[in-house]
Amino acid sequence: MTTAAPDHAPKYAQLSLPDRIGKAMPLLLVPVLVVLGFLSIGSTSSWLTLTVSGLAMGMMIFIMASGLTLVFGLMDVINFGHGAFISVGAYVGISALLALESWTGVPSLLLNVAAVLAAAIAAMCVTGALGWGFERVIVRPVYGAHLKQILVTVGGLIVIEQLIHVVWGPDEIFLTRPEMLKGAVTFAGAAIEKYRLLAVIFGLALFVAMRLVLKRTKIGLIVRAGVQNGEMVEALGYRLRLVFIGVFIAGSALAGLGGVMWGLYQEVITAGMGEEMMILVFIVVIIGGLGSVEGAFIGALLVGLLQNYVAFLEPKLALISNIALMTAVLMWRPQGMMPVVKAK
Amino acid sequence: MLMNLISGDRPRSLVLTILLLGILAALALAPFLFPGVRSLETAARICIFIVLVASYDLLLGYSGIVSFAHTMFFGLGAYGVALASTHMGRGFDALIVGTLAGAFAAAILALLIGLFSLRVRAIFFAMITLAVASAVAVLVSQLSGFTGGEDGLNYSIPRELTPAFKLGKLFGVTINGKLLNYYLVFFASLALFLLMLRIVNSPFGRVLKAIRENDFRAEAIGYRVVLYRTLATCLSAAVAALAGSLFAIWLRYVGPATTLSFEIMLDILLMVVIGGMGTMYGAVIGTTIFVLAQNYLQNLMGVAAGATEGLPLIPQLLDPDRWLLWLGVLFILSVYFFPTGIVGRLRAEN
Repeated sequence: MTTAAPDHAPKYAQLSLPDRIGKAMPLLLVPVLVVLGFLSIGSTSSWLTLTVSGLAMGMMIFIMASGLTLVFGLMDVINFGHGAFISVGAYVGISALLALESWTGVPSLLLNVAAVLAAAIAAMCVTGALGWGFERVIVRPVYGAHLKQILVTVGGLIVIEQLIHVVWGPDEIFLTRPEMLKGAVTFAGAAIEKYRLLAVIFGLALFVAMRLVLKRTKIGLIVRAGVQNGEMVEALGYRLRLVFIGVFIAGSALAGLGGVMWGLYQEVITAGMGEEMMILVFIVVIIGGLGSVEGAFIGALLVGLLQNYVAFLEPKLALISNIALMTAVLMWRPQGMMPVVKAK
Repeated sequence: MLMNLISGDRPRSLVLTILLLGILAALALAPFLFPGVRSLETAARICIFIVLVASYDLLLGYSGIVSFAHTMFFGLGAYGVALASTHMGRGFDALIVGTLAGAFAAAILALLIGLFSLRVRAIFFAMITLAVASAVAVLVSQLSGFTGGEDGLNYSIPRELTPAFKLGKLFGVTINGKLLNYYLVFFASLALFLLMLRIVNSPFGRVLKAIRENDFRAEAIGYRVVLYRTLATCLSAAVAALAGSLFAIWLRYVGPATTLSFEIMLDILLMVVIGGMGTMYGAVIGTTIFVLAQNYLQNLMGVAAGATEGLPLIPQLLDPDRWLLWLGVLFILSVYFFPTGIVGRLRAEN
């Protein structure tokens, strides 16, 4: 008797070179944009200043966008109220900073950074709790219905924004950064604001931490598997709802953190800032590909850099540069650069 | 004849029929029933917003697409008339050219946005329209040399449509250009509303409803879903632009705050939801109730805030500036508890 097994060894076909380049293309976009920026600006010092501020802006947008994209990927929930967490985070954080005047007013790096961290933690706690409440009250009753989700979360955004007016008053709040974070350092003839440098470092650290959590821990594995195929994960016995609530809270807290950082960057906060940032966040999430954290990271850097370069080269065009970027990316890849969620 | 006019779409509820007839009569005779500048302003606003809300309902209620760019299309129509009147001078030709150009531009822009977002998934559309609309709003307020910036544009319309043109008196009411202007707005709105009614009750409208209920199945039956959705978007944008043109002709002023702001978008959403999504009559009921409430309730809030002065927090909550807060709460509650709106409720009673 011969065995029925066919006489060949299975082989895994490797992707062809163009396919592999195609997959890596989005990663190349950021360096390409930086080089293009250098060529069109010409002066090294302005280019360096603009690049750092573009990266800083991109990092902050990424922090705000990461939660939104994961929430969408995991549960197919699109939260238009995400911007409210940005505003609330900024107001709570900045109030904390103003209360810690004795720490922020002295020229000590340790105390200054401690004050900023305290403010960030306060903001994240409040927005995390708010996110939990938002999920329970606003989002939970409308699972599975996109139309209602959009309507209800927009309503939630308006209500929270108006409540900020009630609590903190209708006027914008101006603030100054802590002593040691004011001013700029000079590097290769370019003046680089200290705070922007800090924002870049902080954002990068956060991205690396998030990647580690998503790629190296069990909870990260469940989240990624949930994004890919939620039903299968539930069939294996995991309560995806709990994971989702956790991600929603974490995403809201990150939005709050982004709000504090953005407030310190702009040195002014308004109740409408979250709504304004949401526009950039949506652009980032769309061009990154819904559900993809890496895509959102690349998208955020592209948006930040492009906005800064264009604002320098042709100020009037800066307003529509992001829309143009989004259009170009969608023409190239209609699902976004790195789509994770299959079109449902 | 009558059934032809309303395209066979009966109100299907006695109360609703009475309400609709009442609103129609009140609007048709508004200058004679409620003399006074303010009530005429309110009546004209109701007429124009009925068209705007009905055109939005074509998207939201009939096609199941959420758009945040409806005020952008509305603004395009308004700015079309304003720019044409500014550059071509006073005259009916400027009004017609501006109106047509605005509607055409709106339809083209809607086509572009639709082609980009609707072919992938409908949810993209909501986000992309939000981004584009806000970019346009910023652009309009920045390009002050062209659009007048935040201040907006003042321009003159033909003399026959202004209060300076006097014809005499009828039933104790002065017949002047303002009155003619009102009737221009009224009849144009009525015609546009009947047109919308015709569209949603045509085979095209029925396919839209099928797509709303189950796009996958509609595609399987052989309808090009993307094509239908894009067409609905363009139609809705063009009608919104026409409503914007009427608004510009009536107000003789356009500015970002009155035509492009996100607040107006929110008003439109609320009017559709209150009236009832997916019925054109919902637009009539929702708009009338909302505009009346907006004009008269805000005063009441001011009174209430004054009366509760001294109590903690309550005066701030009742401040007329916090009008949006209550709108938001009302909005969420109506989406949860009255997803079919007033019209749906009235019809369900039968």
